[in-house]
Amino acid sequence: MGARMLPAGGDRIRPDTTTTVTITVDGEPATGITGQSIAGIVMAGDRLDLRRTAAGDRPRGVFCGIGVCFDCLVEVNGVQDVRACQRKARDGDAINTRHDHDATPQAEGGAA
Amino acid sequence: MRNVVIIGAGPAGLAAAHSARIAGSNVVLLDSSDALGGQFWRHLPDTRPSRNEKLLHHGWAKFQKLTVSLESDELVRIVRGAQVWAIDTLDGVNVHAIIGEPDGTQRTHEMFAPDALILATGAHDRTLPFPGWDLPGVFTGGAAQSLAKGERLAVGERVIVAGAGPFLLPVAQSLVRAGSRVVGVLEANRFSQLVRGWSPKPWQLFGAASKGGELAGYVAGHVRHRIPYRLGHAVIAAHGTDRVDSVTTARVEANWQPIAGTEQKVQVDAVCVSHSFTPRLELAIAAGCELTSERFVKVDDRQRTSTQGVFAAGEITGIGGVDLALAEGEIAGRHAAGTESAPTSAKRRRRIFAGFARRIEAAHGIRPGWTGWLEDSTVICRCEEVTLGAIRTTAQRTESESLRSLKLSTRAGLGICQGRMCGRSVEQILCSFAPEGALRDDTSSDHRPIASPLRLGELASRPRPTMQGKEHHD
Repeated sequence: MGARMLPAGGDRIRPDTTTTVTITVDGEPATGITGQSIAGIVMAGDRLDLRRTAAGDRPRGVFCGIGVCFDCLVEVNGVQDVRACQRKARDGDAINTRHDHDATPQAEGGAA
Repeated sequence: MRNVVIIGAGPAGLAAAHSARIAGSNVVLLDSSDALGGQFWRHLPDTRPSRNEKLLHHGWAKFQKLTVSLESDELVRIVRGAQVWAIDTLDGVNVHAIIGEPDGTQRTHEMFAPDALILATGAHDRTLPFPGWDLPGVFTGGAAQSLAKGERLAVGERVIVAGAGPFLLPVAQSLVRAGSRVVGVLEANRFSQLVRGWSPKPWQLFGAASKGGELAGYVAGHVRHRIPYRLGHAVIAAHGTDRVDSVTTARVEANWQPIAGTEQKVQVDAVCVSHSFTPRLELAIAAGCELTSERFVKVDDRQRTSTQGVFAAGEITGIGGVDLALAEGEIAGRHAAGTESAPTSAKRRRRIFAGFARRIEAAHGIRPGWTGWLEDSTVICRCEEVTLGAIRTTAQRTESESLRSLKLSTRAGLGICQGRMCGRSVEQILCSFAPEGALRDDTSSDHRPIASPLRLGELASRPRPTMQGKEHHD
């Protein structure tokens, strides 16, 4: 087991209990804590990749974590290029991590 | 009454806002995040407050005092989710912001035309490229901090922390407190380098005793958790197919060149690497502020930049930590509000902690031998996936010693992050190819025409001007 949330019970700073937020990631439901980023909810399930690159088809995930590197871009409710580390999840958000990949053949077709 | 706009609500910006209010100005405080505190005081969101947040922070009481005072003040407007994308100086200083959910489509424009502007935009980690650094599971120290403090999420089970500088220690501590096992902290500089950096004029350190105490706390934390702290070592590669499963570490020379035969493979599921910090200069450059030879914003003893009406405070004037940022913010706030003098205590703290900052740089600064751990297949520009081999080939073919032509022909540094991650590394790589060891043009990777990416539709919609300087404030 890799990336995961620290259980509130074992946390020295004693966070309050809170409500949950449920999103879908490529169609699969994922539940997090209200106030979490989209990246945080995906990573809490030990999934680190958030997209594949257009040119090299390589996996990428959170790198800088503070909105500077733009490596964690996902599609949220049909809107592309949203930084998953910066955007707080809202109930029902539909996340698509394959948009770069989906777009590649189209982009090539357009250029040809 | 004067109007002061402050960009950035980290320690420097908060101190500046508080100080400008004491001096009687109206204050608008802009921050791209939806919480105050910046990266240093990153904390759980208001929807999930913790009862003992202070355990994770230095100076938490100071943060609370500043925020309570600002949030309860009617003459302070705090604008969260405000991404400043441009500053122009066509007629006074105009600040263009877009406000709303990060990268959303429903954001609103607002333009501010204050009497004085204080830039407190801070810094982000600078991580040097190494083979495999683009794999999921490789993070900057700042990412590990931000997820641990802001969400109570551990980025991995077995984590290695590497790079240079005292910031590695709080990163390791945050990881441990979020439940990770830190298998080692590798500092690239050697003991002799640290001693050379730290030892001239040791008496100056006494003035910075609180800082010494902060560092001692981290060292004690290391002992308690039995985390090995290795000097003169670096992570030189990360391995894995879809995520990191191991790293190669090596001993490095004083100039950070890896020493052949000292490589060791270490199994980890996450690696956090930071070698330095890069100041967030784009807005200062847009405002026409002159930079120092070390590429920070140049300020005078009143924290004034070279642009009339624009002040700067915190990490964009030099990497100096929270105490220096607070002192600079306090001084900048007072002068931006039109006061002739700043508090003596703030000036004294600025003097002490500026000395501390210079010594951190001398002890922990990046050394040029790091390019020795690169391979031709190593991705340098993460956005455009440009490898060292591609940069080398292009540089040789075109006999290029110009950053501009290299960027245009390889696209290195031209991706969506606009060279924030790789810009300075590309410059250093190109310098290492050049016979004179220097670039022929005076382009720098710090220049960005638009300070943060916008959608075209957003650029087309008209800004709503507010706070027109002295004449029509509310």
